Amino acid sequence: MKDCYLGVDIGSISTKGVIIDDNNKIIASSYIWTEGNPVEAVRKLLDILKEELPKGYQIKGIGTTGSARKLIGLMLKACIVKNEITAHAIGTLTFYPNVRTILEIGGQDSKIILIKNGIITNYAMNTLCAAGTGSFLSSQAKRLGIDVEEFGDYALKSTNPVKIAARCTVFAESDLVHKAQVGYPKEDIIAGLCKSVVLNYLNNVGKGKKIVGPIIFQGGVSKNKGVVKYFKEILKEDIIVDENSHLMGAIGIAVLARRNKTGNVYSLEMKNLKFITKAFECHRCPNTCELLKIYRNDELVDSWGSKCGKY
Amino acid sequence: MTKIAFPHMGDYHIPANFLLSHIFPNTEVIKVPKITSKTIEIGTKYSPEFVCTPFKYTLGTMIECLDKEADTLIQMGGGCRYGYYAELQEKILKDLGYNCTVINLVTEGTTNFKRINKLLKQIDPKFSKIKALYYGFITIKMVKYMDIIDDYIRENIGFEINPGSFESLKEEMLISFSHVKNYHELYKTYKRYLNKFYKIKVHKPDNRLKIGIIGELYTIMEPFSNYFLEKQLAKHHIEIKRFTNVHYLLFEKARKYKKYQKYSKEYFTYSLGADASDNIARCKYLCEKNYDGIIHIKSSFCTPEIGAMPIINKIASTYQKPVLFFSFDSATSETGIQTRLEAFYDMLEMRKEK
Repeated sequence: MKDCYLGVDIGSISTKGVIIDDNNKIIASSYIWTEGNPVEAVRKLLDILKEELPKGYQIKGIGTTGSARKLIGLMLKACIVKNEITAHAIGTLTFYPNVRTILEIGGQDSKIILIKNGIITNYAMNTLCAAGTGSFLSSQAKRLGIDVEEFGDYALKSTNPVKIAARCTVFAESDLVHKAQVGYPKEDIIAGLCKSVVLNYLNNVGKGKKIVGPIIFQGGVSKNKGVVKYFKEILKEDIIVDENSHLMGAIGIAVLARRNKTGNVYSLEMKNLKFITKAFECHRCPNTCELLKIYRNDELVDSWGSKCGKY
Repeated sequence: MTKIAFPHMGDYHIPANFLLSHIFPNTEVIKVPKITSKTIEIGTKYSPEFVCTPFKYTLGTMIECLDKEADTLIQMGGGCRYGYYAELQEKILKDLGYNCTVINLVTEGTTNFKRINKLLKQIDPKFSKIKALYYGFITIKMVKYMDIIDDYIRENIGFEINPGSFESLKEEMLISFSHVKNYHELYKTYKRYLNKFYKIKVHKPDNRLKIGIIGELYTIMEPFSNYFLEKQLAKHHIEIKRFTNVHYLLFEKARKYKKYQKYSKEYFTYSLGADASDNIARCKYLCEKNYDGIIHIKSSFCTPEIGAMPIINKIASTYQKPVLFFSFDSATSETGIQTRLEAFYDMLEMRKEK
């Protein structure tokens, strides 16, 4: 039996799973929509991975990352639970040890990671605002009646991207509607949108950061050719987009799982697992903490949200 | 009988309570309710939307105190928007229909003792200046002792062998402090507890991480408003250095400004208001003392600190030190803070290993 390691990245929009072997080779991977239910998404994901996984492998470690990392970490009894910034950096460094800058745009967040000599020297994450993230692009795609996947191709067709007020998603949206109603062609609006995402990212997350090559662009939005094009144009540097760029977080956490393996063997079978969460509000004090109790096979494994530590 | 109250900041309600209850024998000092989610909810509801967050916290506490039948409130002022808090809050409270007096101890950036004496006489005719001076002295000492002990705790709490020993001893100490009667007793209590703190077993490795926290004063000093940042850092076994405390603000700030300006003259020439210039100098100090990282915290819309941020960024890139910026608002997501802190911690660990 050969050893392999599972990394699961549960993001706001998509859930990614990767199984790697000891040589960092991806032997199974999957990318599905989270659709607001991380537990179900992970069940589905594991089913797909189980089908894909060739015979003769056993899972020796599981790691979780992404915004639902804690919850899924408990569900899968993961040996490591890490934030997505570290996971992305580790994943990228495994394949590109010389990388200096990682640009990452995901569903609800965007981040920049600066690396020097293989260690993270600085990072930033968008703070208050969702402007320039994947969810904004996908909601605008819906408004314009096209698939997010086709967005990039549309943008490349344009030679004259329209200017879109990009400071804030709400203003960008009304500006976009205005431009559409005035009669600008769809390609130009889409191209303008892609450009505004780039500008927003550089003005918000990338502010004050020195962006040096080699630059790697990842996260779901990196699949959008239009955004890549404008990053190249504005930064005047080559942008590397790995074919697995959307899976980098999952790969990173799988690598970390290998480093932190406990010796246990894990199963991908989740059909019989009962995993429920119960939410309630505590009224002992005016804090009214929203508490969440997590049950795994009817056994209370954790509860979150308490400010005083009573639960 | 007058019922007096004041907004919270950290543990400083203990010396404040001590002072007020001694200098106003005929006045009841209201036990100010702890800051909770409810406080900030009330505060946000009645505050202007884009005011800095401390305004919302203090207004929330004031309303909670007024609901507990307080009728006289005490507010201070500072060198930024803080200077307008008292007037604006009084107006908001009056508009809400509360019948109260807000005593502003600092107007136009300075404390006018004649004016305050008059105001305090109005609260309590039995108010005597000599008594006030005596108890004021004890209170200042109490603040100083608390700050010394807090500094020690911050350096060591991440390394305690029995979790919770620092916190429980500190609570015990604060209760004893609130019962002291004279300076001699205060000093003895302080010495006793200081020895007890020194005796708490800690395990400090040589390669421990050290972080300096700088930023806007209220957010730094009121743990509820920074989502218990120091506590979370301590959980990761990090030594914390913090400069701002009440003793610093009252007695050292004015004295140290010139020194700070000289020390970091390549970064600023004129004062940036409030604590911003101090923070720039501290940032340089932390970089030079080879701290592993710097966390800069402020409440959203804090103008002086916004002015200081690009300079801090510049200093950090000169010295190649990582800085993490946090802006806390009434609607900050706790998960977001956790993720950034975790990543910051991972990064520092990685840098240390290399």
